[in-house]
Amino acid sequence: MTDNNTLTHLARLEAESIHILREVVAEAEKPVMLYSVGKDSAVMLHLARKAFYPSPPPFPLLHVDTTWKFKAMYDLRDRMARESGMELLVYQNPEAKERGINPFDHGPLHTDMWKTEGLKQALDLYGFDAAFGGARRDEEKSRAKERIFSFRTASHGWDPKNQRPELWNLYNAKKNKGESIRVFPISNWTELDIWQYIHLNNVPIVPLYFAQERPTVERDGMLLMVDDERFPLKPGEEPVMRSIRFRTLGCYPLTGAVESNAQTLPEVIQETLLTTTSERQGRAIDKDAGGAGMEKKKQEGYF
Amino acid sequence: MTDTLDEPIYKTDALIAEDIDEYLKVHEHKTMLRFITCGSVDDGKSTLIGRLLYDSKMIFEDQLAALEADSKRVGTQGQEIDFALLVDGLAAEREQGITIDVAYRFFATEKRKFIVADTPGHEQYTRNMVTGASTADLAVILIDARKGVLTQTKRHSYLAHLIGIRNIVLAVNKMDLVDYDQAVFDGIVKDYTEFARSIGIQHFVPMPISGFKGDNITGPSENTPWYKGPSLITHLETVEVNSATDAEKPFRMPVQWVNRPNLDFRGFSGLIATGTVKPGDAVRVLPSGKTSTVTRIVTLDGDLEQAVAGQSVTICFADEIDCSRGDVIALADNPPQAADQFEATIVWMADEEMLPGRPYWLKVGTQTVTATVQQPKYQVNVNTMEHLAAKTLDLNAIGVANLSTDKQIVFEPYEQNRTLGGFILIDKITNATVAAGMLHFSLRRAQNVHWQATDVTREFHAGLKNQKPAVLWFTGLSGAGKSTIANLVEKKLARMNRHTFLLDGDNVRHGLNKDLGFTDADRVENIRRVGEVAKLMTDAGLIVITAFISPFRSEREMVRQMMQPGEFVEVHIDTPLAEAEARDVKGLYKKARSGELKNFTGIDSPYEPPEDPEIRIDTTSLTADEAADLIIARLIP
Repeated sequence: MTDNNTLTHLARLEAESIHILREVVAEAEKPVMLYSVGKDSAVMLHLARKAFYPSPPPFPLLHVDTTWKFKAMYDLRDRMARESGMELLVYQNPEAKERGINPFDHGPLHTDMWKTEGLKQALDLYGFDAAFGGARRDEEKSRAKERIFSFRTASHGWDPKNQRPELWNLYNAKKNKGESIRVFPISNWTELDIWQYIHLNNVPIVPLYFAQERPTVERDGMLLMVDDERFPLKPGEEPVMRSIRFRTLGCYPLTGAVESNAQTLPEVIQETLLTTTSERQGRAIDKDAGGAGMEKKKQEGYF
Repeated sequence: MTDTLDEPIYKTDALIAEDIDEYLKVHEHKTMLRFITCGSVDDGKSTLIGRLLYDSKMIFEDQLAALEADSKRVGTQGQEIDFALLVDGLAAEREQGITIDVAYRFFATEKRKFIVADTPGHEQYTRNMVTGASTADLAVILIDARKGVLTQTKRHSYLAHLIGIRNIVLAVNKMDLVDYDQAVFDGIVKDYTEFARSIGIQHFVPMPISGFKGDNITGPSENTPWYKGPSLITHLETVEVNSATDAEKPFRMPVQWVNRPNLDFRGFSGLIATGTVKPGDAVRVLPSGKTSTVTRIVTLDGDLEQAVAGQSVTICFADEIDCSRGDVIALADNPPQAADQFEATIVWMADEEMLPGRPYWLKVGTQTVTATVQQPKYQVNVNTMEHLAAKTLDLNAIGVANLSTDKQIVFEPYEQNRTLGGFILIDKITNATVAAGMLHFSLRRAQNVHWQATDVTREFHAGLKNQKPAVLWFTGLSGAGKSTIANLVEKKLARMNRHTFLLDGDNVRHGLNKDLGFTDADRVENIRRVGEVAKLMTDAGLIVITAFISPFRSEREMVRQMMQPGEFVEVHIDTPLAEAEARDVKGLYKKARSGELKNFTGIDSPYEPPEDPEIRIDTTSLTADEAADLIIARLIP
């Protein structure tokens, strides 16, 4: 708090997010939190623990797994579920598993099947009617126009032209039969806010966000980390140790690293502030369909 | 790159590079301002926002590269950077070159973080602007210096004022296109001042700017030496935010959720709407009026000594008093009132028009109740601010009307408290948010009319007649056979010594409802009145039989809710339209088909069949007599 009772921007953001989390728990029948283990998920989980303290958050964590995440992500995921006292549900699309879908051989199909389809299947399987997601409006243009309570049809489609008006902090959580809600409690946070909050609240994050010597190869202008033996090296390709870190985390073969020496949070924030490219630049997913990539994905049911 | 793209200046890169810890400390104590920008299609709104983002270095190189490419491909600024492309988000919009929904943007300066609601200027999108304005501390009203105060300027100002924004910036944009002429600026300010006074805007801050060239955005412009006021950013950085004034009001917190992990802990969670609270404070829970003392303010980071408006907290009491979601915790000796009838301003946001008398969900704070709105007292023409007579409100219409709720709600006038005075209306069938509203005051009649308890109860009335009261609610198309079968049912019940009364659609319209026509709104009111009469008759112990088309599910559901559980028996007289039309006993279908009769159910007015009626009568397979026997057998087993 600053003088004359004006809350700081982080205090206002925190209060807003907690309010959203509680509204959903009060009004939805079966909520769930989508947990991707990234820094945004980490903040969202921390906010949930604050919102319901001393109770544990009254909903499970759902990890829609692709089997291709970084090892360090699986470690933190299991640790956080233990510490928060929440149930952890891990879902892997059985068809993708059976067909051995992977990012090296199947390109965009990898994301479609493991993530988009996997998410739909998991939500249908458990019958969740509200799912928290850690998307932020500053990430991408179509996100900037999405409501905090975003409705999906029974087939999980998003209709950007037909969104409910959202006034004050009054959220209409009433659903039609078959509809479900995606709720974005950290919609109004920016990348810098997330880092600052992690810094001030000591929120645990995956060590991959900090620079360290790691085995890498360079492909199509992206610096990829060789996280396990499944990484198929091309003839002549040899992993090179580089001091790298990640600005966002996803499937390791799809996530580009940056060369960096930032080993502490303030150093990471410093680099973030001085950088000249946006964080999604390291993600292959946005490039799939040109300028409207994410919007198209969302209409198809991607989170 | 063009010369308009000067070095971004909001962020002191030097401090970040040299002393990140110091920078973080500064950032940690920043406050936040939420504002909206409103302007007509060509006022340069998107360009201004793009400029703010660019100057605050919220645009990265990869985005800038895409922007440069896009600017050349679809931009409207020739070879120059088209900032508008940065903020026109959705693919459909980019092709049309217009913004069509509310979008939120983020940037920060040394002093503050900003959230901008980018709202469109076309008439049909009043809804979006009201939405964007509802969370804003400040509004930037953009004017094209070449065009001056337009109808749209007036509309935007009226809406901003209506929603309670007291900080208004009049940004006279595109000054570069009028050679930075002071006379143009002064003329516009004079015109606007006159208009602003007429709608009650006490204060506004005018400034001459160019979003495209950057004049008076971040600092004083050399092009306007005659302008002595602050630059846009300087003003945004220093103006007072709402949460500061909210903290000075009496304490109110709507309860969102009761936190009860075990028998030893019971806390009440919510976002503090106004005021401050600390352990030891005497508080009152509304609407019950029970009082207690605050013992703890609990958070994950330890108990707080004090909490203020805008914070989400969990509060514990000294006593075990009833308190649940929807209740409001308030300062014990200065609590808000509860009431069930109000005057309110309503902004209609749905394609389907408002139906006076139809029950909607009303959500205010954390309370959700059923509400019905009366015919508007007037509608406001948002272009001229004139009051017009209105029977209903359609999409983007704004009006003032009385409304009543099915139980008391804790409230405060919107002017005093946005949280306890701002509400939304939700359609009970589609679940869409159909309106936003602002409570003005409670109606005195609500405070003075109390329910009079009578000694001869409804159970006693029914006992005297030795029967269980009920409402047999017949619904179906005109000519389906409702009146014929209802009449037979009543005759048979009378022979069995049952006390009955038949309310017939045509007959009621000769007396009680002779002032009503056949519009959707009048049909709703027709059914409401019949429902109330039927309810009184069940209180008197009667078996009531009604025969009305009653075409809408919502109203049948409303009547069901009025009755005691189990007393409402919905009877669907199910005759296919073709069959009813073929019979055409009263010759009405013929008139409707020829256009002589308007709003005829089944022809040019919808019939919504019951989804799960207690009794369904298929008249193509049963005679009227068989149907009547079947209904009686279900009523008196």
